[in-house]
Amino acid sequence: MKLVTAIIKPHKVDDVKEALKAAGLHGMTVDEVKGFGRQGGKTEIYRGAEYVVDLLPKVRVETVVPDELADQVADIMVAAARTGKIGDGKVWITTVDKVIRIRTGELGDDAV
Amino acid sequence: MVDAGDTAWMLVATGLVLFMTPGLAFFYGGMVRAKNVLGMLMQNFFAMGLMAIVWVGIAFSLAFGNFGDGGLIGNLDFAWMRHVDQGVGPEAFALSIPFVLFCAYQMTFAVITPALITGATADRFKFKAYAVFIALWLVLVYAPVAHWVFGGGWLAKLGALDFAGGAVVHINAGAAALAVILVLGKRRGWPREGMHPHSLPLTLLGTGILWFGWFGFNAGSALAANGVAAQALMNTFLAASAGMVGWLLVEQVKEGTPTTLGAASGAVAGLVAITPCAGFVGGMSPIAIGFVAGVLCVLAIQLKFRFGYDDSLDVIGVHLVGGLAGALMLGLFADSAVNDVVTHEGLFLGGGLTLLWYQLVASVATLVFSLVVSFAIAKVIDKVMGLRVSPEDEDEGLDASQHAESAYSFGATGSMDRLG
Repeated sequence: MKLVTAIIKPHKVDDVKEALKAAGLHGMTVDEVKGFGRQGGKTEIYRGAEYVVDLLPKVRVETVVPDELADQVADIMVAAARTGKIGDGKVWITTVDKVIRIRTGELGDDAV
Repeated sequence: MVDAGDTAWMLVATGLVLFMTPGLAFFYGGMVRAKNVLGMLMQNFFAMGLMAIVWVGIAFSLAFGNFGDGGLIGNLDFAWMRHVDQGVGPEAFALSIPFVLFCAYQMTFAVITPALITGATADRFKFKAYAVFIALWLVLVYAPVAHWVFGGGWLAKLGALDFAGGAVVHINAGAAALAVILVLGKRRGWPREGMHPHSLPLTLLGTGILWFGWFGFNAGSALAANGVAAQALMNTFLAASAGMVGWLLVEQVKEGTPTTLGAASGAVAGLVAITPCAGFVGGMSPIAIGFVAGVLCVLAIQLKFRFGYDDSLDVIGVHLVGGLAGALMLGLFADSAVNDVVTHEGLFLGGGLTLLWYQLVASVATLVFSLVVSFAIAKVIDKVMGLRVSPEDEDEGLDASQHAESAYSFGATGSMDRLG
């Protein structure tokens, strides 16, 4: 099994979710996260004092899928989250050793 | 004789001015970090508790006893509410409202003036020390200065004008703020760490309340429902508007972005500056006064970075500088056609430099007296009980360390079970 992780722009969450649902995926997990990449930060000004907000809000989407689906899922995420502007985020795939469904005790591909 | 119309207006005006203190609480509260917002709100609200009692107990009498004596301080004639009744009070006051209402109206000024200081001392003033400080300050600083100006003391006799408290309220509180922060020191991490406002919507809400309440502060200072009150209301409105425009123009030129905090701050700067002038000027003068104050104050708030004192929410930059600007500009714009109390007109109305000189004397006297006595009070309290919270308490925030509460609970992970 593979864990597909995407860091995307917050306003792209629904697009990614809908695209994954349309592709028949059964689940995903979402977190609100902060970070920086090439986009860098933003400047805010309060009574003349400038502050650099270097950690920008992003959303992390995670889903575990059978090995053969991983590349396809990653492609769907990339297509759905892309705006073409700096700060669109990243998608990566990692190998998962074991998955257990808590309710039934099913293992591996049956559990995802 | 008690006049029904005057009394009706002053009953309303008293409520309006009292509402400024919660307004100030939110104006300041939005500007501090989330861990200190209750501490800030509490210091302001608590002034409505303690100051009212100290006022009727003794401070009102020290301010308004011996009315018109041309002296330094009142007496104890009205202490403990003695003679503070439904009649119009002693003849010298020339009131057309119940004396007890006059006392209540002035009480709302005594509440908000010490509360103004809390913006400078944000995030580090120990609550118990603050309570002792404002009680002593009201008696030892506010009451004498109020006597000099409002109580017919030496500045009134000299001929200095202060319609609603440019010197008594704003220069006085601004100088006291400077004195206290000289004793307190800067916030931990200032100016290196980011300490930007946690909720500008609260600050703008507070600004709206202040603007609304200021009509009672300035138009109420006519102590009657008459033409001077109407003029003061219009002047108050226009100065706030012009202050906002002036501040935002400077921001647009300097930083390229007009900010909501700038809009709020500029309006307050204009309100501060018009306070001494409100019932003495007319025509387009309030726009000039407000605009100049807005421009001056947005430049003045940068001084703290040059001199290294942590005037956290710019009480000195806005209230001291704005108050001084207003007091002095009255020497330019005072108009006897607006109010026959004006015996020496302003420089721009052909009255020469006399009034400007009186205004300068009144401003400097108030500034120096407040600075010195406030510093002494703060020093003594610091020696006896400590003025400042511990570094641990400061890092934790005033909400938790001083009041055992937190302002915002968003259902974060973790238990919050009752202990008993």
